[in-house]
Amino acid sequence: MQTNPSPTPTAEAPAGAAPDSRETLIEVRDLKVEFNIRGGVVKAVDGLTFDIKRGQTMGIIGESGCGKSVTARAILRMIPRPGKITGGNIIYHRRRRLAGHQTAPAETNIIDLTTLDPDGETIRQIRGGEIAMIFQEPMSSLTPVYTAGTHINEAVTLHRLLPIKTLGDQMADKIMQYRHVTREEAREIAVQMLRRVGIPRPEQRVDSYPHQLSGGQRQRVMIAIALSTEPAMLIADEPTTALDVSIEAQILDIMRELQQTANMAIMFITHNLGVIASMADEIVVMYMGKQVERAKVVDLFYNPKHPYTKALLQSVPKLGPRTGQRLASIEGMVPDPLRLPTGCVFHPRCPAFMPGKCDQTIPRWVEAGPDHWARCLLYEE
Amino acid sequence: MTPASETSQTDNILLEVKNLKKYFPIQKGLLRRTVGYVRAVDDVSLYLREGETLGLVGESGCGKTTASRCIIRLYEPTAGEIWFKSRVLSENGRPRRVNLVSLNRDEITKTREEIAMIFQDPINPLNPRMSVSDIIAEPMVIHGKYDPRHSEEVIVNLLQRVGLRPDHLRRYPHEFSGGQRQRIGIARALALNPRLVLCDEPVSALDVSIQAQTLNLLQDLQRDFNLSYIFVAHDLSVVQHISDRVAVMYVGKVVEVASSEALYQNPLHPYTEALLSSVPKADPKYRSSRIIMQGDVADPSNPPSGCYFHPRCRYAVDLCKQQAPEFRELKPDHWVSCHRAEELQLTGI
Repeated sequence: MQTNPSPTPTAEAPAGAAPDSRETLIEVRDLKVEFNIRGGVVKAVDGLTFDIKRGQTMGIIGESGCGKSVTARAILRMIPRPGKITGGNIIYHRRRRLAGHQTAPAETNIIDLTTLDPDGETIRQIRGGEIAMIFQEPMSSLTPVYTAGTHINEAVTLHRLLPIKTLGDQMADKIMQYRHVTREEAREIAVQMLRRVGIPRPEQRVDSYPHQLSGGQRQRVMIAIALSTEPAMLIADEPTTALDVSIEAQILDIMRELQQTANMAIMFITHNLGVIASMADEIVVMYMGKQVERAKVVDLFYNPKHPYTKALLQSVPKLGPRTGQRLASIEGMVPDPLRLPTGCVFHPRCPAFMPGKCDQTIPRWVEAGPDHWARCLLYEE
Repeated sequence: MTPASETSQTDNILLEVKNLKKYFPIQKGLLRRTVGYVRAVDDVSLYLREGETLGLVGESGCGKTTASRCIIRLYEPTAGEIWFKSRVLSENGRPRRVNLVSLNRDEITKTREEIAMIFQDPINPLNPRMSVSDIIAEPMVIHGKYDPRHSEEVIVNLLQRVGLRPDHLRRYPHEFSGGQRQRIGIARALALNPRLVLCDEPVSALDVSIQAQTLNLLQDLQRDFNLSYIFVAHDLSVVQHISDRVAVMYVGKVVEVASSEALYQNPLHPYTEALLSSVPKADPKYRSSRIIMQGDVADPSNPPSGCYFHPRCRYAVDLCKQQAPEFRELKPDHWVSCHRAEELQLTGI
């Protein structure tokens, strides 16, 4: 249908036509992102490896500055200057969807996103169209001078293609041309999207400006924008952090529901352990740009391996009978990214610190349990 | 209507807020004519015992911050009384109950020695052009308590008490991380030996691990200096962890006040129940049975009739639409404003 300027154009057709919901969508391999600033080089992301499968939610947790958001932006090639991807690959299994055309051949192309031109045509089709993103602060992500409807329409007209009504039906499949949706169709889609994300009176709300909406409604509009292009993956960067718990519960509910109906992958970035426990299938824990642990959600919460994960899980106050005990806190603070500790970066704060080992040897990424990976010397032979 | 029943140990009560109201006028047009009011705080009554922590929770815009700012008179209350047992304005050396609302400017300045505040945002309240030692010394200078010989030592002790090092004295706020800045803010709040500290979302801008450190610090300081806290936050698990009693606010009104245990385990107001159930639990095996509250928080300038919560309440009946419920003491020390509080069997956590 269309050639892709992919460096590895191995058009890999999925075995059998039946779409497997657990197919790999994104493979991140040993990703490195560096910021070359005046004081030196900050390794914002250092050796990140994980897969995201279709229909799955991958959670990324960690404290501020650990590289969660940079990872998300690396996938979309939106890293702000002077940041650069200095190593690794992001393999995207691209499947061109022909919207409104169920029988279209599912053709998978493999693209390495790291090799694309960040301003090029391909990434611009992917960004927002096939991989959408919602941000923490819904107010600053929306333009105050445009209505909710205009925002959604912008995304739709840029990315969503509708088949022209065929004239001769035999010929149609062959000479099918695609055009962008019209203004009226886009508005219709906008209203539908607003209704799907649970905004009351969508026919009127579509003409509201961002300041006329509440925080929760703005975030819904953001989700509506992101989902209006029917993306294969949604990157949600702290989507509920600025919201109240009651609104947060609504938003998370909508995301789960839409994920199920659209078989969409979600990359969910947060520092809130409660939110991630209720959303993710698999979790990556990051600390100072490195992934320290990766496991299925239940494994991670019930059997954490890395001392950092353990400490993180213990340091949140839990709802339940009041114990009156002090919280287990992680001593010290996050180190200066320009002067990282030697060996394991967590060793100065680690309760399981082994002198002579942790401060000298850089731990490797090892399988500490079945499908449970950690970067800690405790699990190395 | 006063939560502190006259019989309960009034001696012990440090602060008593009676029917506090704060209406912000909505002005429109060329003449700035007042066309309505935002009822940010609408008839709030609370009390705080000495050495106690009162948590104030609710969704954004419910008036919890406004209420706390009225107490320190950063905002002039529209109506109501705020009785504070002051030591500074004592008579014959005995603490005197004063109404903060009726104090004049000099007197209110004096009471600010005893009432301090910690803010949510760790950086903006710190003057970027002042060093840490100047920042902490400033309240002492203003209140005429700064003495070049001794105060330096006091400041160093304070710094160490909040977990900073003496060599941080000459540094400036931008050199510190968020958690450290919050510690500077705490040190400054404690500079004058206050008895009441208003904490307005002190940990919500901090990372999880730093949040735990700061909460532990606040608890240690409370024990060591016999502080009383009013702890404003939206994170219910943090509030439960630190509070002895908790007040839940909704659209300017307190809908329920009780001890932390009673409120979290046996809530009496449907809003409290829904709020508790919407907190995501840090447990992946517990993934259901959440009560999703429909709709948004009511508009405080145009609240619904009757009980403000009725449009979102699953238990609402006709009475709730017509008549505002009375705030009453249903169980000892457990106050609630709900028509159906007796009959409902609500689940806590």
